[in-house]
Amino acid sequence: MKIRNLLLKSIGALSVVGLLAACAPVPAAPAAEPAAGEAAAPSDAAVSLVYLVDESQPSQARAKAFVDGYMALHPNVTITIESRPGGTEGDNLVKTRLATGEMADVFWYNSGSLMQALNPAQSLVDLSGEPFIANIAESYLPTVSQGEAIFGVPGETAMGGGILYNKKVYADLGLSIPTTWEEFAANNEAILAAGITPVIQTYGDTWTSQLFVLADYYNVAQAVPTFTADFTANKAKYATTPAAVEGFKHLQEGFEKGWWQQDYATDKFDQGLQLLAEGKGAHYPMLTFALTTLAENYPEQIEDIGFFAQPGSDAALNGATIWMPAATYIPQTTSNLEVAKDFLAFIASTAGVDAQNAAVVPSGPYVIKGAVLPDDVISAVRDVAAYIDNGNAGPALEFLSPVKGPSLEQITVAVGTGQMTAEDAAAAYDADVEKQAQQLGLPGW
Amino acid sequence: MSFWKFIKRIWLDVVALVVIGIVFVVPFIFIVLTAGKTQKEASTFAFSMPANFLLWQNMREVMAFGNNRMWLALWNSMLLTVGSVTLLVFLAALVAYVMQRRGDRMAAFVSAVMLAGLIIPPAVVPTIFLLQEIGLYKTLIGLILIEVALQLSFATLIFRTFMASIPKEIDEAAIIDGASPTQLFFRVILPLLRPAMITVIVVSAVAVYNDFVGPLYFLPGAENVTAQLTLYSFISQFNTRFNLLFANVIVITIPPLIMFMFFQRQIVAGMTTGAIKG
Amino acid sequence: MSNPKRPLAVLRSYPNWFYLPAGLVFAVFFVVPTVLAFYFSLTRWTLFNATFIGMENYRNFLGEPMLAAGLRNTIIYAVMTSGLKVIIALPLATLLTSRIRLTGFFRAIIFFPVLVSTVAVGITFSALMQPSVGLINTALGTLGLPTPDWLGNPRLALYSVALVDVWKGVGIAMVIFIAGILSIPTDYFEAARLEGGAWVKFRHVIIPLARNATFTVILLSFIGGLRTFDLIWTMTKGGPGFASDVLTSVIYKYYQAGFYGLSTAGNVVLFILVTIIVFPLMRYFNRLELEL
Repeated sequence: MKIRNLLLKSIGALSVVGLLAACAPVPAAPAAEPAAGEAAAPSDAAVSLVYLVDESQPSQARAKAFVDGYMALHPNVTITIESRPGGTEGDNLVKTRLATGEMADVFWYNSGSLMQALNPAQSLVDLSGEPFIANIAESYLPTVSQGEAIFGVPGETAMGGGILYNKKVYADLGLSIPTTWEEFAANNEAILAAGITPVIQTYGDTWTSQLFVLADYYNVAQAVPTFTADFTANKAKYATTPAAVEGFKHLQEGFEKGWWQQDYATDKFDQGLQLLAEGKGAHYPMLTFALTTLAENYPEQIEDIGFFAQPGSDAALNGATIWMPAATYIPQTTSNLEVAKDFLAFIASTAGVDAQNAAVVPSGPYVIKGAVLPDDVISAVRDVAAYIDNGNAGPALEFLSPVKGPSLEQITVAVGTGQMTAEDAAAAYDADVEKQAQQLGLPGW
Repeated sequence: MSFWKFIKRIWLDVVALVVIGIVFVVPFIFIVLTAGKTQKEASTFAFSMPANFLLWQNMREVMAFGNNRMWLALWNSMLLTVGSVTLLVFLAALVAYVMQRRGDRMAAFVSAVMLAGLIIPPAVVPTIFLLQEIGLYKTLIGLILIEVALQLSFATLIFRTFMASIPKEIDEAAIIDGASPTQLFFRVILPLLRPAMITVIVVSAVAVYNDFVGPLYFLPGAENVTAQLTLYSFISQFNTRFNLLFANVIVITIPPLIMFMFFQRQIVAGMTTGAIKG
Repeated sequence: MSNPKRPLAVLRSYPNWFYLPAGLVFAVFFVVPTVLAFYFSLTRWTLFNATFIGMENYRNFLGEPMLAAGLRNTIIYAVMTSGLKVIIALPLATLLTSRIRLTGFFRAIIFFPVLVSTVAVGITFSALMQPSVGLINTALGTLGLPTPDWLGNPRLALYSVALVDVWKGVGIAMVIFIAGILSIPTDYFEAARLEGGAWVKFRHVIIPLARNATFTVILLSFIGGLRTFDLIWTMTKGGPGFASDVLTSVIYKYYQAGFYGLSTAGNVVLFILVTIIVFPLMRYFNRLELEL
């Protein structure tokens, strides 16, 4: 019950942000806001900070935009960007450096369950008393909080998780956007008959294989509203919750019906994007952050790409699963807490959003109050915003529960390559989750 | 000489050349071709000529990436490699020398410990705790000492096998001439170990130079970047730029290539005498 | 190994303190962290906190359903790579110690992959093994041969990576064999030349008399194969699914997932396993060792 309220509340708040983000005029921004980024740094003495950011191009571009923007306002401050590998190697590096007290002064990291594993109460600075927290959408705060404490400020847009599709293929074949899995499957058969790959899968980058399962979460939560709470409390299992097995079944069905492209087992994310942009593949289950890369590599085709939520069993309950932005955090070992906080205030202000907009194509709505997406925002981002505006969106499981099995991507590849059935996969994932919860010492496991 | 005799004499050369050429050279041609492509051309992995050969341009971009940090990375890698290998050669040679010459229980124990070092995987986080405790975390000397510890087993094994082939009479002659233990080792034995030394230098220099976990965890910081870590600028979870990645591979393979050309003849010679006995 | 009763004066020339510098570095930077790690393998360890849980991690690791498959793959990989390295490197070494021209050039290009970083080799071969446009399948297709999905086919992936491992490591094996062949006294070759041709030389001189080199190659590549990680991780990450998982990739995935105690326990198990396999093998080889 409590979780359901939380979910409803967060959907409501998200939709407010969505509205704001989708260019609606904003009545009143909180008074604290303009003061935040522009307030003079605590002193004018020369200060230097190190900002640890993952190596991906968009993260680097955003970090550079924040740093340049902030340094222009505060000439006495020098912030250098230190790069680290992304992915799980990066997770380890961040944990190791925090645990050994050697973290950079500020750092960029995921929100949600990954942040929970950083032992934030002992390692990160609590920002809940800072005025700039008021600039952040309330729906976002739980994903960077533990108890009452708030640890990070969002540094990118929220993202939709669902199906990216090629609108030209849809127009050519006269298809319409599916809201149930049956319609989706029927579309796929029509696309297959036309000699186009219905669904792109790219197991050369294993993380991409999880989308059918993870992006189905809105549908799962609609069908079984108590699932989040029960799953976290070790009472509900994937294998014994029919709605939760659906995601795995979709993968099995896709493999059995030959929906994937020829080289799906080794193709990488880049190649998936290319197939989608060139219309050789019709659907790519993906997060919308991919739009940033698409816009950069395929500027002529970016308007051919649209987004729809992963179809479920009930058209009336269909909606999009939302991924929350990654955040910037301050470790307790920072060398200059005041300046670090001031830098975070800049990131969490509309000035910070403007800096990002200038550097990177936004791939979803912002969660900063008063933030405005540029007028020329790509249409797939509007598709995501529409789900949020209409109240048909909710956060992915990893932003609601600290429980997340690490082997999901191998399990989904095993299903998508026909090595494992959906039922076995759901059971294997339950075992994986149990191991994680026990290793993290979560209560009730 | 008749035509057929000539063919008979060279057919083996020709077959060997073709097979070895295909198997061992083609992958490197592929690296060069891909490094000369645009990002889009490179992403298909086809073995084809690029429309415009951009190798020079891509390599320049790699060198300039992130405020010319490649130069810094190569410099750091050189310091790390030279420092580690120099120290390693002395320490390992000393151990191997005493171990082989004494051949007593103590030597057997040291030998078993060394073999264990070859088998046990290193532990990252406890090593960081330790480095912090003794004030060597985030220092080049700390990382050098770790690399030495990790390479010690292999280097000692190579030296010990080679030591066996140096007659003890040489030692005895020197001892009779009144050489002290240190003089005996540094003036007489160490020069004789030269062939094995080259093997140790080449193999452990490659291992240290190509190590990526060590620098990543024990010597973090933008100013401490090493050659291997630069590869990660272009491998990203989301958007790998294969043309620049392969250009980067070429750039960071140049130093070992130079070392290799320098030691090429001696490598086989060193192994020849160094690895006769397991 | 050597005469146990040696005059004290001679032993004094080989002082035990020569062990000291290396021993100090090894003890501080390797033994101490390893012992600490062993302690952590008995804990539930998040890096931030460690709770003592006894043998629980070992029970968990050994009870892992994927462990059997991982173990089988590890053995297959080690046997296949060490076997192939011998089968390929020994004839190569024979060829390159014969009167063939350009031996220096051939030795150099075969040895060169040893120097290139494993990550770079893995990425390169992943591209060459791309199933439809990759060079290998393009070539096989042109010749009318089957074009398998080398890394994407779950039944093939492990073997494909093992082949790349052989490509990268055969240079070392070759050099060791060349050394072994060159150390065979030349009168044996003379006799073989009178007896018959190249085959006699290979079968009755090189194979038996380069035995020590064979043992070295097998031992080194077998240990290397059991501990293999970089290449598998770069090329398949143990996939597709779990198809090419070896012990080290299972352990690394635990580490990545933040199961630090469990992954440390896995490392201890791996160490024990390698020891159990390698020590008897070494004793056996030592007994067969040839004194020339």
